[in-house]
Amino acid sequence: MNLRTKALTRSLWVFHAALSPCNNCDIEILDLLTPRHDVERFGITLIGSIRHADVLLASGVPTTKTVTRFKELYDQTTQPCLVAAIGSCAGGGNMFRDSYNSPCSVDDLVPVDVYIPGCPPKPEAMIAGVVKLIEKLKGNV
Amino acid sequence: MNLLLHIFFYLIFPGFVFAALAGLISGWIDRKVTARIQWRVGPPWYQNFVDIAKLMGKEVVVPGERSTVFLCAPLLGLCAAVLAATAIGLAFISPDAGFVGDVIVMVYLLLIPAVAVMIGASASRNPLASIGAAREMKLVMGYELPFILILLVIIVRSDGALRLGEIISYQASGGSNITSFSGILAFAVGILCTQAKLGFIPFDAAEAEQEIMGGTMIEYSGAPLALFKLTRAVMLYTMPVFLILLFWAGSLNTFALVGKYVLILVIIVLIKNTNPRLRADQALKFFWGPVSLVALFALVLALAGL
Repeated sequence: MNLRTKALTRSLWVFHAALSPCNNCDIEILDLLTPRHDVERFGITLIGSIRHADVLLASGVPTTKTVTRFKELYDQTTQPCLVAAIGSCAGGGNMFRDSYNSPCSVDDLVPVDVYIPGCPPKPEAMIAGVVKLIEKLKGNV
Repeated sequence: MNLLLHIFFYLIFPGFVFAALAGLISGWIDRKVTARIQWRVGPPWYQNFVDIAKLMGKEVVVPGERSTVFLCAPLLGLCAAVLAATAIGLAFISPDAGFVGDVIVMVYLLLIPAVAVMIGASASRNPLASIGAAREMKLVMGYELPFILILLVIIVRSDGALRLGEIISYQASGGSNITSFSGILAFAVGILCTQAKLGFIPFDAAEAEQEIMGGTMIEYSGAPLALFKLTRAVMLYTMPVFLILLFWAGSLNTFALVGKYVLILVIIVLIKNTNPRLRADQALKFFWGPVSLVALFALVLALAGL
């Protein structure tokens, strides 16, 4: 493993893209930064600009309105940038799979690196997902 | 030989390498203290080094057509900050090193990183970045007035000395400036100016993450962003050391210096963690109103010899 990958695994900056979610996943994502879980211990921070991001978190079902925005957002990332689909909606559409206003799922739009299922997923599940992401970066998966 | 020595001063000690190391460690102290205040554990001590290493390995995206200005702005800021760190460090090592008027040069050098941020943000042609640049400009106009006033306080107290070395030697013989009435008032003003120069809360409107998504930094990625982070780190080292030089240079052994430095740093971090963000106009009013008045009062006290 070279220095570049090693540094990347210890300093994942996260950009949170809300694709019309119900906000439960978003609340659980913020839980990760609170004292109980505190993922800043591993260098994970939420950042404001997509240009700084190493991980793009997607939560919710892409609707006709958010599809174009999300594609643009992904085009604006700087490589290497990973994509994590948080929650059952982003992972597979959940109960909105055949809905009139959701034309596709997240992985139809961009390549997804890790799926974290749950409605919403527990913070522990998200940490497990991040561990899988890091293992993938290291080339162990 | 002399040239080689100066290059060594600039690049290694007390210049770039030393200032960047000290600044990144201070950045960790900032993050750790913040985390402890919020009842968290916080990142490990090498976190900022990892961040810089990671940013160096990321792709660099250049928006718009003005790529030269966009890419040179971070370098300009870093060079100026390192030059200021070198001059201040040399003044501590050998008080004879500087030249007459280097206090005035410091005002300009410590301003250039902020100017570089504005230039880079404007070159990125992002509307949010231009909002950030405009806020940064207002903030600079605000804090420069009290900052120059407190420098005047120090110059008056040192009998008109315009050299960093002389200011130190005056305090070594006559006691630290901070022990006088005018000194302690000017020191309080200096802490607030430092806070604004470093872009810490309550004066971080230019880079408000929740509001304008990183503001001035929004289009920067990869190595240029790493340079801006390094500039920030060098400034985080330089500003408290400059305050020590101006106000607290009575005893200069290494332990005392490190202790004073960490104390000032923790004061700044505590202010950062216990205040909400000010709007640009509020910050301007704050600096031109009460802060400048206190600085003027300190100047009057200094002229009266207190």
